[in-house]
Amino acid sequence: MSDTHQKEIDRVSGVETTGHEWDGLKELNNPLPKWWLYIFYATIVWAVIYWVLYPSWPLISSYTTGLLGASQREEALAAYDEGVAGRSQFADKIVATSLEDIESDPELLQFAMANGRAAFGDNCAPCHGSGATGAEGYPNLQDDTWLWGGTLDDIHTTLQYGIRSGNDDARFGEMPAFGRDDLLSREEIDQVSNYVASKAGLETEEGVDLAAGETVFMDNCAACHGENLEGIQEMGAPSLLSANYLYGKSLADIKAQVNNPRNGVMPAWIDRLDPATIKSLTVYVHSFGGGQ
Amino acid sequence: MAHKKTNMVSLEEGGFAIFLVLLAFACIIIAGKTFDQVMAFHAGIGALFAAVSVFLIFKKYFDDGGEPIPAEIGGKPNYNLGPIKFGSAAAMFWGIAGFLVGLIIALQLAFPVLNFDLPWTSFGRLRPLHTSAVIFAFGGNVLLATSMYVVQRTCRVRMPGKILPWFVILGYNAFIVIAGTGYLFGATQGKEYAEPEWYADLWLTIVWVFYLLLFLGTIWKRKEPHIYVANWFYLAFIVTIAMLHITNNLTIPVSIYSTKSVIVWSGVQDAMVQWWYGHNAVGFFLTAGFLAIMYYFIPKRAERPVYSYRLSIVHFWALIFIYIWAGPHHLHYTALPQWASTLGATFSIILWMPSWGGMINGLMTLSGAWDKLRTDPVLRMMVVSVAFYGMSTFEGPLMSLRSVNSLSHYTDWTIGHVHSGALGWVGYISFGALYCLIPWLWNKKRLYSLRLVDWHFWLSTIGIVLYITSMWVSGIMQGLMWRAYDSLGFLEYSFVETVEAMHPFYIIRALGGGLFLLGALIMAYNLWMTVRRGEAAEADPTAAGSLAAAE
Repeated sequence: MSDTHQKEIDRVSGVETTGHEWDGLKELNNPLPKWWLYIFYATIVWAVIYWVLYPSWPLISSYTTGLLGASQREEALAAYDEGVAGRSQFADKIVATSLEDIESDPELLQFAMANGRAAFGDNCAPCHGSGATGAEGYPNLQDDTWLWGGTLDDIHTTLQYGIRSGNDDARFGEMPAFGRDDLLSREEIDQVSNYVASKAGLETEEGVDLAAGETVFMDNCAACHGENLEGIQEMGAPSLLSANYLYGKSLADIKAQVNNPRNGVMPAWIDRLDPATIKSLTVYVHSFGGGQ
Repeated sequence: MAHKKTNMVSLEEGGFAIFLVLLAFACIIIAGKTFDQVMAFHAGIGALFAAVSVFLIFKKYFDDGGEPIPAEIGGKPNYNLGPIKFGSAAAMFWGIAGFLVGLIIALQLAFPVLNFDLPWTSFGRLRPLHTSAVIFAFGGNVLLATSMYVVQRTCRVRMPGKILPWFVILGYNAFIVIAGTGYLFGATQGKEYAEPEWYADLWLTIVWVFYLLLFLGTIWKRKEPHIYVANWFYLAFIVTIAMLHITNNLTIPVSIYSTKSVIVWSGVQDAMVQWWYGHNAVGFFLTAGFLAIMYYFIPKRAERPVYSYRLSIVHFWALIFIYIWAGPHHLHYTALPQWASTLGATFSIILWMPSWGGMINGLMTLSGAWDKLRTDPVLRMMVVSVAFYGMSTFEGPLMSLRSVNSLSHYTDWTIGHVHSGALGWVGYISFGALYCLIPWLWNKKRLYSLRLVDWHFWLSTIGIVLYITSMWVSGIMQGLMWRAYDSLGFLEYSFVETVEAMHPFYIIRALGGGLFLLGALIMAYNLWMTVRRGEAAEADPTAAGSLAAAE
């Protein structure tokens, strides 16, 4: 190991090497680029100024607060309060005004629609779709089929307390599991499903006794869905003559629902959204065209 | 060919054999007693790995009669290239696997149906598979292979140990297999870039300590008076990663028969430790480690001296002292106290020039050799890599400022930023290094085809540009949409609308990723043909290693 420092002049650049060599690799002895060094110093100066002005260094049980007394938390809270205050002029009026009167006051209506649209996109669209057209198991809000009623007050109640949400005032109605709980035999389920299908304008299976199906329907289903299959909104029991079935409109879907029904849930928004927003959403949803 | 005269089993051979036998038994017991299927599978892999390793140790011993491998042959260092060859091949393999999974998850974002509704193929499991495959499997093997090569060449000495280098490279790849299969089966501790569970972490710790010993041992035996700059960076990378890995993975297993563990940190402290780790994984794994590669392969390929020794010293120490402070900028506007956030941001700004020191030294080393960029696509790749490094280390400090971060954070801008560093800097410097290394390791005169390197370069460059520009546009658009208010003070867009708006950019991004993958496939073919068909080089006058048949 010979420690020879054979400094030489690089022929291309005319700069001296450091005299070290590893596996043929050498190093030039160029100084630090000036611009590099000065920007480095400038960033350090900038950082020091920043430390003086803003909270930055930890102490034993606190931290340096900075000359500006800046607090990110307080700024955020102030910005939030400012936003709420900016909207409160209208929001307070919305809370104080009846739903019908909101619809007839152009200024309030404009505010309610804007509020409703924004709230709908982040709270309702995940289930009902951004166009409010629903999906299987999630009602379409654009049509005139309403499980729990499509008036302003009905929509408002549904929004506030939800459906089977666990809230004490929630809308509650549950279809019994006729097949799973052995309330009806397999044959009876076939009969009643075919009966419903025949009334709903669907094709039925051959050889099924529709008259027997009607008897099963009257004994087990009519109490909620009505003798004429028209549904009863107070119980949340849908009309079976409707063009739209929540869980699919085919004989197989009907059988599946009678056998082992799905009972979907809508949250109670009164726990999550402020009253003005819920009222705005009511007006917004009501405006879709299906509102009654 | 068995020798008649048989030496005693060396301490190294015996020690590793005993350790691995014990490991195999422990794994078999765990596999037998656990009710956790993933644990049973991983313990099975562990037992198999340990048992095969013991077999290989003894097979080698009986084949060569326990003769020590000479450190020099005819006065020239007999470099140990076997583990490096393995690491290079593994890097290429994992690289393509990682790029492919990246392409798949990019397509999943554009077309969610590609999740196939299966847990194993869902985005949530494939995303860590992608990040770990490219960072730790591809990047890690490149770092291991190049570090073993560079440290031997620049210290002019064979690395110590007969078993040790193989244990490091194979043990590391065993960790990769356990980590990767774990993600697919759902074993994760949920820490970004540190997802592997406690037993994989423990195994990596053991392998890493041996890696440190191997590296230090080579430097200790060196025949050169000074330590080359690349080795400082490698050493900083190895030491710091050990520290980061251990601190961020201080977990207590629910039971040794369970894959599940609980982290000792809680709440915002856990978040801070996680991002102290996360940011410095970028700083020391993806920056310091790959700067080491840059410092050896660029001057070597350009046949020019490093531009400035002084700059290399100053930016090295500045980089490693300042990087470690910058982590809090990942947690702006969270529960993290404002002082920590400020400190992280200011140190990120100070870090700008120390990062650029590496870029200056890389680019200026080419002064007097710029003409080579026209004829040598490998050098061109490495130079473009350094340019991407400069770009992303400028963008990083910018994004660390709270005001910029409030727009960029949680958007695709971050993804674009990471990929300009990952595809541009880490990817290209690794490709360049492998293009140099493979002919050297297999003793070939040159690559099979420079034209194919050209194709690789242009395809992947277009890919990178498509990727990062689409992510810039979609990220900034996303950030602006999130914060847009209407005249009455309500949010202009719902989250779903922002997702919908990004769809076209997701497709462009996937296209960019596809081109990058295509380039890597061309590279793999080119390297394969180099090894298979390349013209043999003349004897290396400085080393015996590449010609020694005993390898």
